[in-house]
Amino acid sequence: MKVSVQEEDFDVGIEHKKLALDNSQDGAVVTFTGLVRDRNQGQDVHGLTLEHYPGMTEKALMDIVLQAKQRWSLGRVTVIHRIGRLNLADQIVFVGVTSQHREAAFQAAEFIMDYLKNDAPFWKKERTKQGERWVEFNDKDKAAAKRW
Amino acid sequence: MIKVLFFAQLKERLNCGELRLDLDKSLSVNSLKTHLKAQGDIWQECLEDGRVLVAVNQTMANADTIINREDEVAFFPPVTGG
Repeated sequence: MKVSVQEEDFDVGIEHKKLALDNSQDGAVVTFTGLVRDRNQGQDVHGLTLEHYPGMTEKALMDIVLQAKQRWSLGRVTVIHRIGRLNLADQIVFVGVTSQHREAAFQAAEFIMDYLKNDAPFWKKERTKQGERWVEFNDKDKAAAKRW
Repeated sequence: MIKVLFFAQLKERLNCGELRLDLDKSLSVNSLKTHLKAQGDIWQECLEDGRVLVAVNQTMANADTIINREDEVAFFPPVTGG
């Protein structure tokens, strides 16, 4: 299990390799990458800055991964979340999960993302033409976490 | 001494990221909020907001959670990562 909160970008290819390398018991690798989108809540977005709660962020992510491991039989899990100033199309978050079969890996990756969006102390501040604004919490994200 | 942290909108609106308080006895999150709200209108307004979340020692907590000396308490808005 690897959890990292970092300013630096990550390489999806390298992360995928680390999940799959010498891991012949797992037949499934599922990864998700979240990017900075150019539009949100009706406004054009030029970029964003991610603030977090150092210390608690890592603990919260670790806890979410442990919950996923209790629910599904998983092999390796990687969660990377970036902080600081990001531009359009930059990578924000990476979740990678391996399992013997695809079903558990798909579900666990989605579970981790849904819980991360509700429980991990990160906050996005967007840059728009009208100035900077804090992103409002999305009720859809709350509903997504409730289904598990 | 307890450490009280504020993040994101709260930090900006209160113009305060961190403060220290001397406690002579343990108190609940709710009592701490009442104490902080007395610091002025903006404190009252920000901490009154029902959406504000609280963590004690980096674990999500609630109004009844007890805070002891040397604890770290954090107030913040709903999270928007991912």
